[in-house]
Amino acid sequence: MDAALLLLADSRLPAGGHAHSGGLEPAVTAGVVRDLPTLADFLRGRLATAGLVAAGLAAAACAGGRPGLDAEADARTPSPAQRHASLAQGRALLRAARAAWPHPALEELGPSHHPVVLGTVVRVAGGTPAQAAAIAAYGAVTGPASAAVRLLGLDPLGVQRVLADLAGRIDATAAEAAESVRAGVLPAASAPALDLFAELHRQADLRLFES
Amino acid sequence: MNFASRAAVAAVRAPDGRTRVTRLRSDGPLALRESGGAVYLVGAGAGPLGGDDLELTIDVGPDACLAVRSAAASLVLPGRRPGPSRLAVRARVAAGARLVFEPEPAIAAAGCDHRALAEVTLERGATLTWREEIVLGRHGERPGRYVSRFDVTYDGLPLLHHELRVDENATSAAVLGAAKAAGTVLLAGEDLTREPYAAEGLGVLPLAGPAVLVTALAEDTVRLRDRLTRGTAEARLAAGIEDPPQSPPTTRAAVSRDAGAVAGTAPDGGAGRR
Amino acid sequence: MGLDHSHDTVAAEPHRELRETKPHRALRLGIGGPVGSGKTALTAALCRLLRDELDLAVVTNDIYTTEDADFLRRNAVLDDDRIEAVRTGCCPHTAIRDDISANLDAVELLEERHGPLDLVIVESGGDNLTATFSRGLADRQIFVLDVSGGDKVPRKGGPGVTTADLLVVNKIDLAPLVGADLDVMARDAERVRGGLPIAFTSLRESPDVPEVADWVRSAVRERTPA
Repeated sequence: MDAALLLLADSRLPAGGHAHSGGLEPAVTAGVVRDLPTLADFLRGRLATAGLVAAGLAAAACAGGRPGLDAEADARTPSPAQRHASLAQGRALLRAARAAWPHPALEELGPSHHPVVLGTVVRVAGGTPAQAAAIAAYGAVTGPASAAVRLLGLDPLGVQRVLADLAGRIDATAAEAAESVRAGVLPAASAPALDLFAELHRQADLRLFES
Repeated sequence: MNFASRAAVAAVRAPDGRTRVTRLRSDGPLALRESGGAVYLVGAGAGPLGGDDLELTIDVGPDACLAVRSAAASLVLPGRRPGPSRLAVRARVAAGARLVFEPEPAIAAAGCDHRALAEVTLERGATLTWREEIVLGRHGERPGRYVSRFDVTYDGLPLLHHELRVDENATSAAVLGAAKAAGTVLLAGEDLTREPYAAEGLGVLPLAGPAVLVTALAEDTVRLRDRLTRGTAEARLAAGIEDPPQSPPTTRAAVSRDAGAVAGTAPDGGAGRR
Repeated sequence: MGLDHSHDTVAAEPHRELRETKPHRALRLGIGGPVGSGKTALTAALCRLLRDELDLAVVTNDIYTTEDADFLRRNAVLDDDRIEAVRTGCCPHTAIRDDISANLDAVELLEERHGPLDLVIVESGGDNLTATFSRGLADRQIFVLDVSGGDKVPRKGGPGVTTADLLVVNKIDLAPLVGADLDVMARDAERVRGGLPIAFTSLRESPDVPEVADWVRSAVRERTPA
């Protein structure tokens, strides 16, 4: 993979990701994620739903030629809190990407959901839709995993093992998304529990992460 | 035996202002009856079996009101033949028209492999209430594979694309967790809350478009229905609507029945489906 | 790309022209320092002292809750819509230094909402002595220490103490109680700071902090010449 794409997948990327837990914080609050096995279970489900949808949107944005992707993202994100988080992360990524990879396509892009910005940036940085899907699927689990280390004090080496075990599924999810987009279909896998967590989190008095 | 069934219902607004059902075509396991102001899916068999390919088309003309319900829960079973069962519902709701689609729950039995597809086209000014409830297995049973895709457009723009996959990932705490029943009610086109609401197992989610998705998870169907009902009321009450719209009246006049598919005379084949 | 570009929000569009014709955006003032040193008290004091002469707003970064923002609201130092709270995912230093996007978002939101501002104060979540603001976020920064941390703190240095544009040593009323020698602190701080200014305050006893307010006024003036 090109170094430019590694930069995009890196958690160092200053695009606001550190303040988002992808629903992990409310899942911890609810007691359903407590340790490494429950974290692995949570990430597996998140990857298969939100991860697949994000990967599909990123692949489609990278492929280009499909207007209205933000409306498609909206229609796949029933939770207002999740739409808000996705737009905020899209804004932050666009800011970082405009600085790093100046390109007219990024200047033209308006307020967009995170996967749509990501796919566009991957294209600008010379990547393919399959690579955009891979970065989106990867980010869908690494962000929450890093939040779990901070929230639960989990052994970071153990969390890394969980992620390593998920690697095959991340690849498969990205491939499924890219294939689906090639066939003209955007994935729409929903995660009702994540939707509820996102809204409960937004109502909560005490929260460390934005989402 | 397996079915490729094509059923249809159409309604228009008559000059007297009432809604007339102008088409009611039953076919195979998809048997339709008009009763008490609504059209009922009466299910001439056990519900979708592996290999079944069922389609229901609903058309609600300008300013008409139609309610489609079902008489009982449908049990989704594996078939003797390989391959998934499939039920597609396609609905068009014209400007000023209202569709209420409230079938009883679908129970995903062990070993089933089912694809449910709903495609709803709402013209500008249409209203919709669309309920879907899925029960994950009969008592003490793990469900088979059940994929339900719901695609809705409003005025030509995507409103909701929502696919629930009951598969090996569904028990993840991020997806359905320990719930045994999952459901949604999509309310579209009416005056609805713009404020999200969430409680245990219930979310009232204003969409980006003119609609609210009520979503619920529960340990059984009774609690699921309670939550969906509460969420629906919440979505309407918060918008200041005290009386939710009643199910629309229809008349029994002028129902044209397609030859060979008269309601109530489902072709033989329902027998022995268990 | 300059930080005054914010055309990636819908709300930004109507104001874009306005801001681009304005020669200067608001001065962004970071206020950082360890937990409990008096950052919020200083922020509240500055708001009270400056709100009638400057168009200002505040961004708070809390570790845990929106407590600091709530404190400012409760004390009615500013209108609610002039205070934005940022959540930092347990990493207050990340949000002001390594990945400042959420804070930039909040600053820009306030500038959208209120038009051209003179001053935006970004108060960091309480952190350690090494936490400083990115120059991409804050034009000027104040580091707040308190004497109860011991009079050795300035000597030990750290980026906050050594490089902040203004060092505020707060709670000097407690110095006799904790055995801290203010002269030692002043001498050590002057040595490690190479002549950068230092203010000694007791925000609890005298919340009017004229020397700090004057310093902020001159920083704003420098940025926006009359």
